[in-house]
Amino acid sequence: MSSPPAGPTPESNTRRERLARAARNADRTRIALYAVLGALVGFYLAPLEAGLMTAFKTTDAFNRSVPFLPPIAEGFTLEPWRVAFRELWNGLINSLLLAVPATVLSAGLGSIAAYGLTTIDWKYQMPIVALFVAGIFIPYQAVLVPLSRLFAIVDTQSLLSVLWGLPLMEEHYASILNLIVTHVAYGIPITFLLFRAYYQSFSNEMIEAAKLDGASVFSIYRNIVLPLSKPMFAVTLIYQFTQIWNDLLFALVILPSGGGAAAPVTVALNALSGGIVQSFNTQMAGAFVAALPTLIVYVLFGEQFAKGVAS
Amino acid sequence: MQRLTDVLRRLRPGAGGSVRGSGAGGEGEPGQTASGDGSDAGDERLRADGGVAAAEETGGRRSLLSSDFVQSIPFWLPPFLLMGFFVYGAIGWNFVISLTDFSGLVLPEYDVSNFDLDMYRQALNDPTFWTAAQNTLVLLVVFTALCLVFGLLLAILVDQGIRFENTFRTIYLLPMSLSFVVTAKFWAWMYNPEIGMINVTLSQLGLDVLTLQWISNPDTKLAAVIFALIWQFSGYAMVVYLAGLRAIPDDHYEAARVDGASTLKMYWRVILPQLRASTMSAAVVLMVFALKAFDFLYVMFGNNPGPAADILATMMFREAFGSNQWAYGSAIAIVLFAMALAVVAPYLYAEYRRGEL
Repeated sequence: MSSPPAGPTPESNTRRERLARAARNADRTRIALYAVLGALVGFYLAPLEAGLMTAFKTTDAFNRSVPFLPPIAEGFTLEPWRVAFRELWNGLINSLLLAVPATVLSAGLGSIAAYGLTTIDWKYQMPIVALFVAGIFIPYQAVLVPLSRLFAIVDTQSLLSVLWGLPLMEEHYASILNLIVTHVAYGIPITFLLFRAYYQSFSNEMIEAAKLDGASVFSIYRNIVLPLSKPMFAVTLIYQFTQIWNDLLFALVILPSGGGAAAPVTVALNALSGGIVQSFNTQMAGAFVAALPTLIVYVLFGEQFAKGVAS
Repeated sequence: MQRLTDVLRRLRPGAGGSVRGSGAGGEGEPGQTASGDGSDAGDERLRADGGVAAAEETGGRRSLLSSDFVQSIPFWLPPFLLMGFFVYGAIGWNFVISLTDFSGLVLPEYDVSNFDLDMYRQALNDPTFWTAAQNTLVLLVVFTALCLVFGLLLAILVDQGIRFENTFRTIYLLPMSLSFVVTAKFWAWMYNPEIGMINVTLSQLGLDVLTLQWISNPDTKLAAVIFALIWQFSGYAMVVYLAGLRAIPDDHYEAARVDGASTLKMYWRVILPQLRASTMSAAVVLMVFALKAFDFLYVMFGNNPGPAADILATMMFREAFGSNQWAYGSAIAIVLFAMALAVVAPYLYAEYRRGEL
């Protein structure tokens, strides 16, 4: 704790500094506090740590050693990682093909919708705003049967049959496209809410001035609102990316059973246990492989992620 | 915003323009000829010197649409239609299916004369449904309450002006960034009765009595699931409470201190009541997470977690996609939807009343 000035002035008498003073008076409380915080770190990281250690152990080693201890000597192996990467590679590609466009589209659509219903202010917009916001809270079970019916009726694969002959195109991209559309549609409510809260904080004067200069609603969005939205785009993109990457339910319902060639990494990871009994080392390695992109995003942009979840 | 509206009214007296169809938001390039529909020619628009606006004015033929409402349509309507179709259209469709007898591999028949509530009747007479509904409620209430309590304690600890606050916060929130699939894999391993971390640790501490078959024993199954979910989401409650705590002015702490309140009393009497809004919003979101816990249960137990941990979400999925009882699954989904609505609608209404929507 950086020490506050010795003679406390009224201004410096803030809560945090007061707490700091109290802390110096009660070192023992302080130590206890850090002990508790440290124990909690242990609690939150224990499953990850045990998983990581297990992923480096041979079957024999993880069956006989303590889960959270590192592997020793001949108990060490990289084989689980090799297997996990091999089994999940297609899933990683599919997840990337799915998550990136879906994230960008849902963020963009959320932004323009929020602009149309927030910065442009008109009288009876509240019911529409409410419909957007309520969309965040619906349990997806309530749309699963219709979704499976919808994609049975709308056969994207035949509709786009022209495309599959082209180089770099594969037929299973049709299923990924279905998933993208679905994720975009169900992502719009949350991105809408994030952008709406942000646009509400814009000053009226700025928009007003642009209006007086004769700027159209389109150019106000493009030249003023969109450039100012960058921080919120960061938050939204990061939040949506983790949400879409982590989803299992839609993939289970929309993809042909078993996921087929289009299975995203979550489906592939879930299937990883199938067949091989008790291969916890491979499963743990697979869990880390599947979680890697979101972990990287989280470690790099934890602040934005926290903002996303807090609102 | 009201002022902007007034300004717009003054600027655009000629009401009644036509709607531009395209939703492309990127127009308004200087000098670009926007695809105007050529209405409102006699618009007495204020002109300003220079800048983008002048360039656009000379571009000239853009349609000067009248009201804010009409102008806003290209922005919100396309996303609204997409979202509305998938969310509300699908819920409506789901409700219609729940009125039919759609099952098996045949196509559904939407024949109004055959619509009935049989599927709901079937649910009410199905003991599995009642078990699942009960488990859903227990999960919802216990998970949410414990998460809130735990999150509040975390927030208070982190708010003590500690060093490395960001690091602690990041670690506590980390599990939330993981997929249910990943966390379920981790916890299946943690709970493994022979070689899992929990039982191994317990027996090393000499507490062999406590080593249970956590996720196969019906008595502890749901509790084990709830515990893992709290591990994953208490960081979220912490973040919300932390924002709430930071919003409380310092002098409230000061005043309580001057009055001689103990720390515990201060938090209980002074701070906690001011966190009502945080509690409300965190509780609603946590309940939504609990309703979405399907992925976790599905990865851990497959589509049938057994009566001890079966929730409506897993039951719905099993009936519809496991047994092809589409109509029955839809009916269960509607019940689930009604439960979510009962939680969310009052919250949204309260937010609306407070002007915070």
